[in-house]
Amino acid sequence: MLTRRIIPCLDVRGGRVVKGVKFAGLRDVGDPVDHAKTYEQQGADELVMLDVSATPEDRETALETVRALRRALSIPLTVGGGVRGVETAERLLLSGADKVSMNTAAVTEPGLLTRLAERVGRQCVVLALDAAAWASGEGWEVVTRSGAHRTGIDAVSWARQAEQGGAGEILLTSWDRDGTQEGYDLSLIAAISRAVRVPVIASGGASCPEHMARALDAGASAVLAASIFHEGRYTVEQVKQVLSQCGVEVRR
Amino acid sequence: MRVTIIATGIANTASVEAAFTRLGVEVEHTTDARRVEQARAVVLPGVGSFGAGMDVLRTLGLLEVLPERIVQGRATLAVCLGLQLLCRGSEESPEVEGLGVLDTVARRFPDSVSVPQFGWNRVCAGEGSRLIEDGHAYFANSYRIVSLTGHSAPVEGVGKPLAGARGSDWVCATTDHAGRFVSAIERGAVLGCQFHPEISGPWGQRLLGRWLAMADEGVGTC
Repeated sequence: MLTRRIIPCLDVRGGRVVKGVKFAGLRDVGDPVDHAKTYEQQGADELVMLDVSATPEDRETALETVRALRRALSIPLTVGGGVRGVETAERLLLSGADKVSMNTAAVTEPGLLTRLAERVGRQCVVLALDAAAWASGEGWEVVTRSGAHRTGIDAVSWARQAEQGGAGEILLTSWDRDGTQEGYDLSLIAAISRAVRVPVIASGGASCPEHMARALDAGASAVLAASIFHEGRYTVEQVKQVLSQCGVEVRR
Repeated sequence: MRVTIIATGIANTASVEAAFTRLGVEVEHTTDARRVEQARAVVLPGVGSFGAGMDVLRTLGLLEVLPERIVQGRATLAVCLGLQLLCRGSEESPEVEGLGVLDTVARRFPDSVSVPQFGWNRVCAGEGSRLIEDGHAYFANSYRIVSLTGHSAPVEGVGKPLAGARGSDWVCATTDHAGRFVSAIERGAVLGCQFHPEISGPWGQRLLGRWLAMADEGVGTC
């Protein structure tokens, strides 16, 4: 039986891990490799590195970070953020990413997910789906460019379309919850998980293991979190202990 | 000690290379069939689709070299699709003949479970196993070997087993996803893994370490 995955996320800029609410007010919280190794030792099932570079120089540094993480890590590594096309995705994979996630480019360039899946296999292709509630309050729309652009595209139909197009997984971030620590958007998770058969990774809003248990209960295959781990409030091991007590099957 | 990775050109081998580097061995990539024939330890990485994988092996001239290594029990590691290529064929590319080292056909998981199988699942070592231990491994696959013992019905057009290929002398580890399937096979210094040992954490590192040790002893080489 497949276990549920716990995935710490590192937001990386200029070779350092940063943290900020909705990418505003970033602060340095340490070295990516140090963080990654600690998480692996604690039992992290996978790691996501989100490249939040602001400049082309930062992008080159990010490739170095991917190489350094690969040398150090014996668990799967997903890299996302600013992946504009097949070429960038392939560079990341060759540098050591096992999977690449795409948001904005997948929306603005129809067929990109499919072309990438045909090149590298769908197991390497992750759709990063950032969603925010419609102004009306019913359902969610896709947001891109780090939340700056509301696309007017329905999140549930985009998830279905991306799955058919070649996405092997969906990294689902609630833009309403990200950084709030109020817990994941459970109805969003349930709606997307029902719509697709590929695994859904829940992201945005976790501040305790109970939030994670609820997200998994709502249909997520995996949960992603950043600050809960970076700030040392819980170790991955502690989270897994709580989840295990809640009856969730985890790798220990 | 050096590990020779077959450079299929369609598989990303960064993680495999990193795993062996952490274990302190040298890694080389090759497209040279003679090198594959002579190398002490060879890795056949997981490649795109079954059909594309067989195309590459044919182009590189490995259709006989690889089965020979495996039949002789010389240190060879086949990962993910690499393992499936050892079969007679696969439902993924029904018109394509596999290497036929294993007298079976890779089949797609049924729709009753999530396909692809993505994530960590439990591996149960088979009796008499020297390489595989019980533990969790990382999988990313849509096809798998259900059994090596000839229960699988033939797929139209799929090739014949290699002379001497049998199912019974392999030690098989199993995993449950829509029922038990063969998640690893071992015989001599040959190891086939449906999962990715290179990203299966410390458990995977230890497995690769044991395989290297066996390769180093020269088990199976005459």
